Amino acid sequence: MTETATPLWEVFIRSRSGLPHKHCGSVHAADATLALQAARDVYTRRGESVSLWVVPSAEIVASDPDDKGELFEPTGTKIYRHPTFYIVPDDVGHM
Amino acid sequence: MTERQSLFDYTLALGDDALVLGHRLSEWSGQAPSLEEDIALSNLGLDLIGQARLFYAYAVELEGKGRTEDDLAYFRDAAGFRNLLIVELEVGDFAQTMARQLLYAAFLHPYYERLIQSKNARLAEIAAKAVKEMAYHVRHSAEWMIRLGDGTSESKRRSEDALDYLWGFTGEMFEMSAGENELMAAGIVPDRAAIMPKWTATLDHVWREATLSQPKARAMQSGGRMGRHSELLDHMLAEMQVLARQHPGATW
Repeated sequence: MTETATPLWEVFIRSRSGLPHKHCGSVHAADATLALQAARDVYTRRGESVSLWVVPSAEIVASDPDDKGELFEPTGTKIYRHPTFYIVPDDVGHM
Repeated sequence: MTERQSLFDYTLALGDDALVLGHRLSEWSGQAPSLEEDIALSNLGLDLIGQARLFYAYAVELEGKGRTEDDLAYFRDAAGFRNLLIVELEVGDFAQTMARQLLYAAFLHPYYERLIQSKNARLAEIAAKAVKEMAYHVRHSAEWMIRLGDGTSESKRRSEDALDYLWGFTGEMFEMSAGENELMAAGIVPDRAAIMPKWTATLDHVWREATLSQPKARAMQSGGRMGRHSELLDHMLAEMQVLARQHPGATW
């Protein structure tokens, strides 16, 4: 099957209620329905998922790796943005 | 025939259906048209092999002669198998594999839905687990049939050829053995004929969406439940059983 007949889809799974969907990989499929089936078949075989998203890979807007200097490096020196200066009470659970 | 014997025969037959079709699906492993479908077909096969184990485990209990699930799977010859003929047919091409899966799953899903009501708690329990698996088999195979039927001229032709070939093996799914009729009277197993309307409705929907014509009525093949199989089953069992027979009791 050719790339145009079965384009790439990005797969996101939610492992349990309350947690956000996380990217876990990609599948090739002819359309949205088959992409969802393929995602189920490939990525949820061990009870990983309670919910699935598939998104056409072509619809993802990505940052340019060449821009990483201006986009990401400036944050390296701003350690005060990390929440390590707070004590999180144990019973807060997921944050 | 005692009820226990009828129950053993019935449980063995359902186990054989599941094991043989499960093994057929596993033949795609490493050879399917895409990685995604390769895993999907293995998943479908494993669902069925899991169902076979549940039926076999109950069958050997009913029999009470100390046989194991493995004895049933690996140490019976074709004449001892009681599966429907449709499940032993070769996998063929992808269209034939999906067409068979649809024809069979569209029957088995509503059948298990009714078996959940069985007065036999063990059978009801197995059906309750298996019914969800079969719902997905229907969905998966139906979506593919729709795309193959309504796809290219080649995929349509292959789908029509597959349905034409398989249709003559669908009648056997609705046959009741004498023992099964007794079990039905006792409220233990469903009436196979009662599944027909749901089966037909599911298929009609797919034919419409797939722009496929209703397969032509024809004489129906039968005999699997009495151990009269095609040589296709011999070949399949030779491959499936060779390891267990050459190394009895092997573990890994």
